[in-house]
This record gives sequence, structure tokens and C-alpha cells, in this order.
Amino acid sequence: MAIRTLIGAFRNHSFSSRVAPYSRSLKTLVLAEHDGGSVKASTLSAVEAANLLGDGNSISLLLAGSGPSLQEAAQHAASCHPSISQVLLADSDKFTYPLAEQWAKLVHVVQQKGSFSHIITGSGSFGKNILPRAAALLDVSPITDVIEISGSNLFVRPIYAGNALSTVRYTGSDPCMLIIRSTSFPLKPASAGSVSNAPSVDKVDTSSLDEDDAVGKSKFISISSQDTERPDLGNARVVVTGGRALKSAENFKMIEKLAEKLGAAVGATRAAVDAGFVPNELQVGQTGKIVAPDLYMAFGVSGAIQHLAGIRDSKVIVAVNKDADAPIFQVADYGLVGDLFEVIPELLEKLPDKK
Amino acid sequence: MKIIVAIKRVVDYAVKIRVKPDKSGVETSNVKMSMNPFCEIALEEALRIKESGRASEVVAVSVGPAQCADTLRTGLAMGADRAIHVDYPGTLYPLSIAKILKALVDAEKPGLLLLGKQAIDDDCNQTGQMVAGLLKWPQATFASKVVFDEENKVATVDREVDGGIETLSLDLPAVITTDLRLNQPRYATLPNIMKAKSKVIKKVTPHDLNVEIKSDLEAVQVAEPPKRKSGTVLSSVDELIDRLKNEARVI
Repeated sequence: MAIRTLIGAFRNHSFSSRVAPYSRSLKTLVLAEHDGGSVKASTLSAVEAANLLGDGNSISLLLAGSGPSLQEAAQHAASCHPSISQVLLADSDKFTYPLAEQWAKLVHVVQQKGSFSHIITGSGSFGKNILPRAAALLDVSPITDVIEISGSNLFVRPIYAGNALSTVRYTGSDPCMLIIRSTSFPLKPASAGSVSNAPSVDKVDTSSLDEDDAVGKSKFISISSQDTERPDLGNARVVVTGGRALKSAENFKMIEKLAEKLGAAVGATRAAVDAGFVPNELQVGQTGKIVAPDLYMAFGVSGAIQHLAGIRDSKVIVAVNKDADAPIFQVADYGLVGDLFEVIPELLEKLPDKK
Repeated sequence: MKIIVAIKRVVDYAVKIRVKPDKSGVETSNVKMSMNPFCEIALEEALRIKESGRASEVVAVSVGPAQCADTLRTGLAMGADRAIHVDYPGTLYPLSIAKILKALVDAEKPGLLLLGKQAIDDDCNQTGQMVAGLLKWPQATFASKVVFDEENKVATVDREVDGGIETLSLDLPAVITTDLRLNQPRYATLPNIMKAKSKVIKKVTPHDLNVEIKSDLEAVQVAEPPKRKSGTVLSSVDELIDRLKNEARVI
């Protein structure tokens, strides 16, 4: 055991000393999430983040799936961001559903071949499920919820529900693995759609995946999702949120109506979800979604620490609450002390229509 | 089947934390500490599985300084059968915790390892996934419902994912991390708190478990987040619409 550790330490040492840490060439792998034939916006945010790691970073996108939807996503991936220089495609039935066991092994296989300096993904449930597992296989510490990149190995992330910002330096061997908070790395308008040079599309050999003992030990059964016409909560420009004070699922429809009028996404507090007014995927906060819209409107939300963690970076926060002492008023740009059952109908009447 | 539950001692969720003036971290002395809420949920789930006759023993495990024994005592009072305290005074990142948990699993051979989905102090959301990877066990993160089928040795787990609820089936042994909506943890009653005093907390060190603690992360500083400038309280809906339109220009 001791000897093995020693050899391991020596090997790590010789690897990392081969290139000086500050002049090493950057080579980043972005784990891509795709849905309905296109790469998700959170993945493109991860590409934006990869660009901030340093100059001359060559960025590869790893895409896994099966069938026509993968082919469609691959086409989209090849043109979705000018910084992508390579698309790696893992086409196998094993990836019909994004299971962590096969994905982590895939990342392991791809890293052994590609020797990436960084591996990045977005901070949705996909990335949080997969990346730490892959990091354990590679024996490195991952960094979750990165909101700022100050260098190729220096990062800022929130801790304690966003009440403190921690700066950490990664001192380990390659790869440095990051889960980035998408709202902190918005897409630059110029980067969307403009194609500079078409990336190469390469297939990944997935035959060695069966060697991992864990592959096949989990099976996808089903997914139930709410189909909605409204914009995605994580990327919406306007978010309207309701709390416990809505009192019922029936009353919560007022929030939905208001959201419709503003072209907004609907959010909820934990209390509103626990009370059964809305499904859990609408929860905003430390354990739910993190949002950073231009306009965040909170109705009947007291403003618990855990909720504020999810809205802190919104540009303009509006709070409507009966209780003038509610903590939400301490972060709100505009507060209105009043009964939401009077305020919302009035807003519905007076707000201009938005297409 | 034996179940191991990993629990962490953290600053109580209701405490408004203070960043130390020297930016070395968050003030934790003379601050109320509690069991991480997600760990409570994991322990509650283990106890329910045992009460339904599907598990024979629930072992609570915590890694950290001496005071972790208090948190384990709380776990024993909730109903865990025994506890293991991995004594380590310094800072540990999830990779090291995962290695320690793997060593404990190798020794104890449980059929299920339960953890919270994240600790509310470091907000990492990594340990469960990492230990599952090291063990080569299947994982179900963010669980909101767990159902066992003993005959086929599988667990069916509902997971809270971005778009809704995903259902997976895992071969046991497996790692499950718990989301908020899995259950409502019980309170320890006074008789159970008294009883817990006679339950065993075994103390070991990472060294005993042959786990080498290496760190590839360096904490540079901890700072306060930028403060939002104070807002205005308005008097009417008309004023609100006017401000949003003409001052903030967001509608």
C-alpha cells in the first residue's frame, strides 16, 4: 500500500512538473447536455466560462446519446458557438438517458485519451449528478457552482447559501474539474450563431465502457415533466414568484397569469412547493434553481436566507408583501407593502401587454 | 441489510453567518451548530427503511473534529443503532470524505449508503456522487422517493431533476442522496435522548482506515458578497409600474 502510494505520488509529480502551471497549454472538455436535438443553453454558458480560463484554450464539446436526436444535437453543437474546435460524439444505446455511471466512465475514458487541462459543465441536475462522480474516478477535487474565473486555476464560488464568497485555488494535477453557475456566464450576443471555423466531429470509442463495474447497475424507468409554454426558469428575463401567502394552488394561478402578461417564468418558494401549490422544479433558492433575471418579482415571499440564495444576482428585485418587516424588503429595489390579492389584479389590469 | 448514513455537523441553517475580518473563513466559534438538514432527511429515511423491516441496522457516520460526537449523539437519539466518528481536526474536502466513507463501507459492508444531497455550509453537492464512483456502486442523487424490492435486490428512486421527476432503478448495494422532499425528519424524544447515551460511538482516524488525506484545493480567502444598495418602498401599483418602466426600464 505504502509503496503504491509512493509510486502514485511520484507519477503525479512528474506529470505536473512537465509543464509549468502558468504556461501550460489549455485544453478544455465541456460536458454537453442536449434535449430535443439541440445543445442546452447551460452548456453554452459553460463554453463561455471555458473561454475565460485563458488565451489559446482549445475547447472540445463532449456529446453523448443515441439515435437521430443525437445526430441532430451534433449538428447543432458544430455550429452553436464559435469557440468550439472539436465535437466528441459518444453514440451508444447506453447514453439514451444521461445516467451518471456511464457518463462518469465516458469522461474517464475521454480524459485518458485527450489529457484535458479542464473539464467543465453547467450547474444543472445533469452536471451535479455526473461531474463529481467522474472527478472521483480521476482522483481530483471538483469545484461546484463557480461564479467567477480569475485564472486557469483560481475560482470564486458561493458558500453558506451565498452569504459568503470563497476563492479557491486548484493545486492538483490535470484535469481541473468545474461545475459553473450558468447565470454567472451569460452568452455574449456575438457568439450565438456566428460560425468562424467548423469544428471537427469525432466519434468516441465506447466499447471499453463495459469494463466499468457500475455500468448497467442503474436503469432509467421514466421521467415526468411539466410541459409549459413559458420560458425556462433558469434563463428567463423576468421571473414572477409566489410564496406561502398565495394560500392555495388555485390562487397561484394569479401568479401564472401575471407571468403570462410579462412573458415571464414562474418560480416558487419552498413553502409554496411543500404546500402543493406548484411542482418542485419551480423552487427557487439554495436547494432549487438559481436565477438572475433582469426583473424578479416576489409576491408573498418573506425572504428566508435559503430563498435569497437563489435570487441575489437578479438586476431588479420587486417585493410585494403585507408584512413591512419581511426580510425580502432588505434586498428589494422596489417594495410595495400591501395585500397581494389586491396588488396582483391591479398589476394585471395596468401592466402593458407583452408579446 | 445494513444501512450507513453519513451525517455532517454544520452551522445551523437559521444562523446569519459572519465572515471573519481576516477573510480566513466564516465565524464558527460560539455559533449554533446542528446536523445538516439534508443529513437529517437521510437518517430519517434509513430509520423508516429499518422500521418497515427492510434493514437490520442503521449506522451513523460523521467525519470531523471532536464535537461531531454531539451530532452523532443526536443521530443515535433519532434512532440510529450505533455510530462511527472519524476523528480529524482539519479541513476536509469531499474527495477525502468520499475516500473515508469508501473505507468504512469496505469494512462494514452495508447494502445501502445514504447521504444528504449537499451540506448547507460548503454547498458542494459532491460527496455522494464521489463515493459512489469510488465504490463503483450505482447512484441516485436528489431522491424524493425510495422504494425497495428485496426479492430482486433493487431500489426504485424518484429523483428531482431540472425538468421534473425522473425514476431510476438501482441494483443494490447503492448510494442514494436525499432531497428536501423525501420525508419529514422526526424529533428525538427525551427518553430516546437518554437511551442514546448508552449507545456506542466508535472513534477511528483516517490513518486507522488507511486513508491518506491529500488536498488539491487551497482556500485563498472568504469574503462577504457585494451588498445590494437599499431600495425604495413605494406607495402604489401605479408608482411601481412607472418606476419599472421609466427608472429601471425592465418592462
